[in-house]
Amino acid sequence: MHIMSIPSALIWAVWLLPLGAFALISPLIRPFPGKAEPASFISIGAVGISFALSLWILASVLQAPDRQIILHGADWLSISGGPVFNFGLLIDPLSAVMLSVVTSVSLMVQVYSRAYMHSDPSYLRYFALISLFTAAMLGLIVSSNLLSTFAFWELVGLSSYLLIGFWFHRPSAVAAAKKAFLVTRIGDVGFLAALLVLYTKTGTLDITALNSPGVLSAISGGVLTWAALGLFLGAMGKSGQFPLHVWLPDAMEGPTPVSALIHAATMVAAGVFLVARMYPLFQAAPHALTVVAIVGAFSAVFAATMGLVMKDIKRVLAYSTISQLGLMMLGIATGGVWVGIFYLFNHAFFKSLLFLGAGSVNHATGTFDLREMGGLRKKIPWTFAFFVLAAVSLSGIWPLAGFFSKEGVLAAALDKQPVLFGFALLTTFLTAFYIFRVVFLVFFGDYRGSHGPHESSRIMLVPMGLLAVPAVASGWLNANGGFEHFLGDGATHGFWSGFIGALAHPLALFSLLAALLGVFSAYTLYIKRWISPDKVKWFLRSPYAIFTRKYGMDELYENIIARNALYRGVFQAADWTDRVVIGGASAGIASLTTGAGRVLRRFQTGQIQLYAVAAVLGMTAIVLIALVRG
Amino acid sequence: MNSHLLSLIIFLPLAGALLIGTYPRIPAGVVKYAALAFTLSVLALSVILLFRFDRQANGMQFQEIYSWIPALAAYYRLGIDGISLPLVALTSLLSVVAVLMSWKVENRTREFFIWLLVLESSVLGVFCALDLLLFFIFWEVEVVPVYFLISIWGSGDRRHSATKYVLFTLLGSALMLAGIVSLYYSTGSLDMVAIAGSGAAIAQTLLPAVPIFFLLLAGFAVKLPVVPFHSWQPDAYTDAPAAVTVMLAGSLAKMGGYGMIRLCVSIFPEVARRYAPIMLALAVIGIIYGAAIAFRQTNLKRLIAYSSISHMGFVLLGIFALSQTSLVGASLQMVSHGLITALLFCTASIIMDTTGENDIRRLGGLARQMPSTATFFMLAGLGALGLPSTSGFAAEFTTFLGSYSSSEVAGIKVFVLVALLGVLLAAAYVLWTIQRVLFGPVLPVFNDSRDADMRQKTYCGLFVILIFFVGLYPMAVVSIVQNSTAGVIKLLGG
Repeated sequence: MHIMSIPSALIWAVWLLPLGAFALISPLIRPFPGKAEPASFISIGAVGISFALSLWILASVLQAPDRQIILHGADWLSISGGPVFNFGLLIDPLSAVMLSVVTSVSLMVQVYSRAYMHSDPSYLRYFALISLFTAAMLGLIVSSNLLSTFAFWELVGLSSYLLIGFWFHRPSAVAAAKKAFLVTRIGDVGFLAALLVLYTKTGTLDITALNSPGVLSAISGGVLTWAALGLFLGAMGKSGQFPLHVWLPDAMEGPTPVSALIHAATMVAAGVFLVARMYPLFQAAPHALTVVAIVGAFSAVFAATMGLVMKDIKRVLAYSTISQLGLMMLGIATGGVWVGIFYLFNHAFFKSLLFLGAGSVNHATGTFDLREMGGLRKKIPWTFAFFVLAAVSLSGIWPLAGFFSKEGVLAAALDKQPVLFGFALLTTFLTAFYIFRVVFLVFFGDYRGSHGPHESSRIMLVPMGLLAVPAVASGWLNANGGFEHFLGDGATHGFWSGFIGALAHPLALFSLLAALLGVFSAYTLYIKRWISPDKVKWFLRSPYAIFTRKYGMDELYENIIARNALYRGVFQAADWTDRVVIGGASAGIASLTTGAGRVLRRFQTGQIQLYAVAAVLGMTAIVLIALVRG
Repeated sequence: MNSHLLSLIIFLPLAGALLIGTYPRIPAGVVKYAALAFTLSVLALSVILLFRFDRQANGMQFQEIYSWIPALAAYYRLGIDGISLPLVALTSLLSVVAVLMSWKVENRTREFFIWLLVLESSVLGVFCALDLLLFFIFWEVEVVPVYFLISIWGSGDRRHSATKYVLFTLLGSALMLAGIVSLYYSTGSLDMVAIAGSGAAIAQTLLPAVPIFFLLLAGFAVKLPVVPFHSWQPDAYTDAPAAVTVMLAGSLAKMGGYGMIRLCVSIFPEVARRYAPIMLALAVIGIIYGAAIAFRQTNLKRLIAYSSISHMGFVLLGIFALSQTSLVGASLQMVSHGLITALLFCTASIIMDTTGENDIRRLGGLARQMPSTATFFMLAGLGALGLPSTSGFAAEFTTFLGSYSSSEVAGIKVFVLVALLGVLLAAAYVLWTIQRVLFGPVLPVFNDSRDADMRQKTYCGLFVILIFFVGLYPMAVVSIVQNSTAGVIKLLGG
């Protein structure tokens, strides 16, 4: 089958369309605009076309020579005797897959938002910002230069900031938004430093050039490792990896569809994408790659433990996201691009579905608190069905999508980093446990809330249903090795042999066992109550306390570092120096000034024309005398 | 090729001042229109300059040379290159805005606008003068209008702040004068370009090069300001009337950076290279120190003043990194900071005027009551924290890149990596300020606050357009600057 290759103007249009939607909607922004339906149609229309174009791009890349389309754009900066930075587009299997993920999830989320945000007075601003985010995210994916990647990287950070703080009258939302921007910016400083190092060493920031063996071999190993670590610091910030994970749970203050799109499926995955984008560079710096693996594996377990005890459904999902991103990092570091990106691909669908499900539950019950839910499977059956499918997929249970990608990570980790494989297996168990804890607490037992639960409207259910399809089936794309072949070099084989054959592998049985054990534990505790959760809580009270207090990380950052060490420490010391030491020194001059001030003041009563003339003449005279006399 | 464009630009505002001054019966309502007309004409001429400027050429353009004091070999010598042209344009733009911001001045209106116009003339003179004596006179004249503008129309402890400003400036310029005199006796010339061109040929008659370099630097360091010579700055910025703060921060501070490039680095490249590590250390200290203190401020204007110290540190960094790219970065940063700081002070003054409150701790929730002002303030803040697509990013990134990759100064990489923290700190204090002033629950006390009116929206909107224009298309400025900075680098023998 031959498909006409996509014209380059349409490749540009993929990210320019949402940008245009933003530009079209944003001038209209008013705080209380009333009805603003057209805004959502503009925004959804733009991303819809982008989605179609992304599929076309995907098909075109398959046929392109070297599976690569490079479009040269304009020079953003070109200094004579200095750097030249071209803003162009780089389309390869990696960016093509990412384009499809982002546009499809964005489309579904935006349709869902039409109902979810329906009664919000700032409906218009919402759609403007979602469009801005989508444009920046797509730009990040397709840019061919690390500098423009960085620019879009920060712009997605800005849209994330604006959307977390969407309800800006709520102090908690604004604080969370600020925290998100600042913590990710710590990572961005690393990213920026890496750009400086790479440019200084190679004279370019072009991604293809930087990844070429010739350029990489020109950089000495130590410098390359530092550059890779700088890039990874940026990735850690965006992808919420330990110790820069603290912003992501708080980011749940934003509207739930935003959490689904930005803080689950797409933006947070940008860190994984960056490592994938610069994979040859990371490969040339094996120490850095080891760090990626360790940080990923550690974050996976670390975040999962906190997910076990959260009482807010969105917080559980947020910690789950951090944990899953950790597995992606581990996968990419041990198994290569396709392992990490395949995980990212599957995760995007089932995790955004879980969030949309949480939003639907919230619509039904008016709360995100697990303690005020229960027994909802009869009241909101569709939401229940979709949520459970996504939960099974997340748990990595055959034959749903999550199983296949988890397989890849576990196999790669076992091969390269056996210790970290243990972390990944433990994470599998914990994941299944916490997500089924949520399923059982929300949908089973008796309803504990006071709200009259009702199923959500079709506008919300249809996108969820459409996301449920890939949440179940996206993993099958690699049953025949097709995904691996597309992103890497693997050979393809028969679909059924991969689909069924995957189970024959002992590793698969291990991971399946871990997942089922997790589900069973949750079942024991929350359905059958053979053991009371409270008893477990008491028995494990010290770890429980550590998990609920988030290992004291928030306390460390907000109180110990920001408030005490900096604000009341270093900054106050600087302020004191400024007022007392430097201010005092200039007060010495000031005592001299009182005299001069008095003299100047005396002149102030006269005609101003006189001052001007006197001043100018006086100054000139002083200068002339000085010059003539020497 | 004598065109009189530069003379016209410099002296039009002064002519306006004289006109207003000599006809005392002009009603106040007309005075402001007259001032607007004069500043707008200057702006129009600057735009003509921008278009007629030959971006491919090297050296000075639009030169005017007349013999002035033959006994001293002093000439009335004007000219601009790519380094001064953006600053001329910036100054004429900010002057128009300063007039518009002062639309409601009711106390001694005539005098106010007279001083504002005199101020514009003197600053433009500094950027256009190519004769040391002429340069110095313009430099000195500027002090007078600023003194009166702060001490009469200012707020807070305005007399003290005005006097402090005058004393610091005069102290700096006295040293600078000594430098100029020494330079004159060493070279027998007052021609800035010629002296720079024959840099190595300076006879060691009066003083060795090093002290002359530092004497000249003193005046510029106070103006920029370089920490620790900055203590006049927060007081002056805080107590000056808003329009004057915009001029001081947006335009006058650049006289310091400009002077350093034009005189210190161009005339004494060897000395500049030798002492660059010290200057870079001061730059980095300024970046971090200014940002750190900004966190502790409770007065909105004072906070912006300290952030300004931090941002001018990037200019110093770019200048003394002594590479083509870093100098371009420093020039970009001067333009960018001029626009961003001006917008910050404009919006801050709108907020403070309508709420009658300048204490950040008592402000809050204004995004609901004054959405347009809030949007402008946020956009300015995003520029200040160096968000890509704003001029702040273009300037800071170019400066960082040019400095980090500079081969002129040993150990510069460490300085740059520390300076990167300034970007993180800027994000923190900007977003924290936005959080405290604009967001949070609506406060009923501010229910009567009026949002920006059409006049204010016009100039704020203009700044926003320019900030994003330069950010998205930095070549608009770079193409003007790059040949001239390359000329400076050539003097370094690089």
